[in-house]
Amino acid sequence: MTYLAKPRLHHPTLPVNKVGYTRRDYEGKVSTLCAGCGHDSISAAIIQACWELNIEPHRVAKLSGIGCSSKTPDYFLGNSHGFNSVHGRMPSVATGANLANRDLVYLGVSGDGDSASIGIGQFAHVMRRGVNMTYIVENNGVYGLTKGQFSATADQGSKSKRGVVNSDSPIDMASLALLLGATFVARSFSGDKQQLVPLIMAAIAHPGASFIDVISPCVAFNNHPGSTKSYDYVRDHNDAVNRLDFWPSRDAITVDYAQGDVIDVPQHDGSIMRLRKTHPEYDPTDRLKAMDMIGQHQAKGEVLTGLLYLNPDAEDLHAHLNTVNVSLNQLTARELCPGSDVLEKINASLR
Amino acid sequence: MKKIEAVNDFVVKFANVNGSGSASANELFAKSFIRMGIPVSPRNIFPSNIQGLPTWYEVRVTEKGYLGRRGGVDLMVAMNPQTWTADVKEIEPGGYLFYDNTKPMPQSRFREDIHVIGIPLTEICNSTYTDARERQLFKNIIYVGALAALMDIEPEAITELIGEQYKGKEKLLKPNVNAFQMGYNYAQEKLDGQLGLKVRRADNVGNKILVDGNSAAALGCVYGGASVCAWYPITPSSSLAESFQKYCQRLRVDKESGRNKFAIVQAEDELASIGMVTGAGWNGARAFTATSGPGISLMQEFIGLAYFAEIPVTIIDVQRGGPSTGMPTRTQQSDVLLCAYASHGDTKHVLLFPEDPNECFEFAATSLDLANRLQTPVFLMTDLDIGMNTRLCEPFRWDDSREYDRGKVMTAEELEAGKDFGRYLDVDGDGIPYRTLPGTHPTKGSYFTRGTTKDRYARYSEQGTDYVDNMRRLLRKFESAKEMVPQPVVRRAKQKTKIGAVYYGSTSPSMTEAMDVLDEQGVMLDTIRIRAFPFSEAIVEFVSEHDQVFVIEQNRDAQLRSLLVNELNVDPAKMMPVLHYDGTPITARFILAEISERMRLLNVQPIKKGKAA
Ligand SMILES: Cc1ncc(C[n+]2csc(CCOP(=O)(O)OP(=O)(O)O)c2C)c(N)n1
Ligand code: SF4
Ligand SMILES: [Mg+2]
Repeated sequence: MTYLAKPRLHHPTLPVNKVGYTRRDYEGKVSTLCAGCGHDSISAAIIQACWELNIEPHRVAKLSGIGCSSKTPDYFLGNSHGFNSVHGRMPSVATGANLANRDLVYLGVSGDGDSASIGIGQFAHVMRRGVNMTYIVENNGVYGLTKGQFSATADQGSKSKRGVVNSDSPIDMASLALLLGATFVARSFSGDKQQLVPLIMAAIAHPGASFIDVISPCVAFNNHPGSTKSYDYVRDHNDAVNRLDFWPSRDAITVDYAQGDVIDVPQHDGSIMRLRKTHPEYDPTDRLKAMDMIGQHQAKGEVLTGLLYLNPDAEDLHAHLNTVNVSLNQLTARELCPGSDVLEKINASLR
Repeated sequence: MKKIEAVNDFVVKFANVNGSGSASANELFAKSFIRMGIPVSPRNIFPSNIQGLPTWYEVRVTEKGYLGRRGGVDLMVAMNPQTWTADVKEIEPGGYLFYDNTKPMPQSRFREDIHVIGIPLTEICNSTYTDARERQLFKNIIYVGALAALMDIEPEAITELIGEQYKGKEKLLKPNVNAFQMGYNYAQEKLDGQLGLKVRRADNVGNKILVDGNSAAALGCVYGGASVCAWYPITPSSSLAESFQKYCQRLRVDKESGRNKFAIVQAEDELASIGMVTGAGWNGARAFTATSGPGISLMQEFIGLAYFAEIPVTIIDVQRGGPSTGMPTRTQQSDVLLCAYASHGDTKHVLLFPEDPNECFEFAATSLDLANRLQTPVFLMTDLDIGMNTRLCEPFRWDDSREYDRGKVMTAEELEAGKDFGRYLDVDGDGIPYRTLPGTHPTKGSYFTRGTTKDRYARYSEQGTDYVDNMRRLLRKFESAKEMVPQPVVRRAKQKTKIGAVYYGSTSPSMTEAMDVLDEQGVMLDTIRIRAFPFSEAIVEFVSEHDQVFVIEQNRDAQLRSLLVNELNVDPAKMMPVLHYDGTPITARFILAEISERMRLLNVQPIKKGKAA
């Protein structure tokens, strides 16, 4: 059910978007995370992306697991319903919520512990099923909330704050998402808002399972020399395959670029995604090449960022299940109950 | 030699090889009695595999309508050489062994005190059919034909059933009728007078239906308005989700668009299935999962979250024995405590105990209502005995004026009108707060859902007082549930007595039968059939009115008894457990023997009847 917002009084200098909200309307509670935590920058990017996308804040459902990262939905979109579920199980809750109401925007926020360790199973299956949601992993290589143990995304050979060297091989969430059938896969860095905001916008607009792995340094436990998830390390080893611009509707395109470096990816909903290539040979609709390129960068200790893969013909779980257009939570006894006459016939067949 | 002679009251057991196509023939046999107005109670006893291992089908023919398992076998239809010895051993003295005598058997493989009826089934099949599969399948129908002749089952009753089964598949209909006739004729000519178990038309079935509890619960979910189902396959619950799928396909597809008014997901495990149901319930759809004990074990964390976050969740637990495979294809009531106190922290949950498929249907719909009304997990506790066996029961009923109870959901209009919204605020004194669904209003009514650590307005709070305040309200809510859940059924003895018995779920038919015998013997015993937890006032009264209370259940640890002792704070000494847990359904014979023995120990004398009734 949509309910129209009453016009509200705004600070005259604050710009409003097409649905009449200022950026501040997309904010949440004051963060309780450590000052400088990468996660807070991601929250800011989410706020910016939703505002620019002209989504009414209350039409977003925010879901998370457990961790510092999973606490963040409290710190953005204060007028949206949020669900801080259980550790590693956000994907199943998001799947069920999405099945119940296909009309909301689903934003799942998780951590690398939440998604790559305890929740790797649910992460895998939500990607396979193509649940229409944006799944953001705020990846810091450690368990922040439980005070700095290595997570499964920590690189082999990276050093913990106490000097312990990680000997296990890392899980690359973007590669995994690609392998499992995600139809939108991106990677970014919490310190690069320019890159992150359009990626989040495009992910939300994408009508299927969108995954963004965002490297998000933990200043308390994983921002020291020897860490491969620190601000310094990621800045020095970040290689963006492309730069994305995203406009919610066609008429908004105003910028011109040199021919040849730019491709437009039209979207089903009329929005425009424009990619400025920084690696001319990179084709983000080629899944196998994307996996190869990620692997090659990883081998060199570099982090490949940008829009890594996009399937423009993606379908979602509702399409697979052939559900009605009306949200299931709107159906009443009239639509759902076959009635007593039918029941009599069933009774008769059981005699 | 003694010869069991009985009319409309005996037990036939079929010993077959799994996957040999015997199931539908055996069902045909069972249903023919119903067509003749005689109640039957069929049961599957099957192994945890698909093909090749032994499987049994037991049919109790019971004019009086006692649908519990009787125990003992009057006629064994021994079609599985593998289990021959054990099967022959199980026959009551004076009973009958029906077998395929194509190959001669040494005398040592039989028993002196039973009657043997041989029919050359293989020979008949081999001379009639050339195809190996046909030889196998029609063998089953042929023995049904022979049994019909031996027992005086009206052949029309069976041919009519075959006709219904193969309606529209005429190619299959005729050969089946022919096979039936072949067996029938053979027995009439060659085996006349050999069987003392006879059938006579009666009028004791009425408009009852024969259905399994899993299909019934699935249909209850369809009628009760479930639109989301997430599940993970596990015996004996899988057929519930599969039936739901089947019924939805038939009853829930939008005619115009061809699109589904339901979503069913086979999840990757039970953690995911309960997570999906939790997400769907949070978002306002009526959702359920079906599972069995091991699945409930995996769901523990989510059940706690749903309890504390107050999310409607319906969980159907088709109980089975023990862990791993093997015993799991046997029945038990051994998840009572697991479900009642599921999860971490202080939790307790609403449980419903249906006695048969009719209540599976009714309670499934009720549990969806209750979960929404109470905003909490609700467990429908069935078991393999009810779930996977067809049972004769009252027909399903639905009142078309019935609306789904959505519980206290605050609307956009109410929020707009300025109604105070506190997600965990008890406005009505019943402990049940209001909730809002995501997406309701642009500026009012949103909240952040989390387990604990919150105040009445769902604001983050680590204050001990807020925590205690919330926990007390949850208790008030549980208190309110007592009057909303299905109330117990009390049966009073003819005279006032200080002795009572408590039972629940699938024990019901055997208990009813046992009570009729005790009545007959002049033993005065009041009974109460518990249909739900939390225990309502009527249960408290019943227990306090009696000095001794038998608690009859199908588990080792007297789980319902523990729950009664714990929740009602009664003296454990007066609660006497009567426990059956070998994996077979409890019988009236067992209950009688146990109760009689305890009565003897208690020194209770039956009251001599003045007049014959
Ligand atoms: C079942 C369960 N086990 C363990 C925990 C403890 N726990 C809380 S958060 C967390 C790790 C979180 O790591 P991550 O997802 O990377 O989030 P971050 O804090 O780094 O953002 C753990 C192990 C829990 N909450 N639940
Ligand atoms: S511990 Fe790390 S992840 Fe958690 S808030 Fe602090 S900086 Fe962020
Ligand atoms: Mg982390």
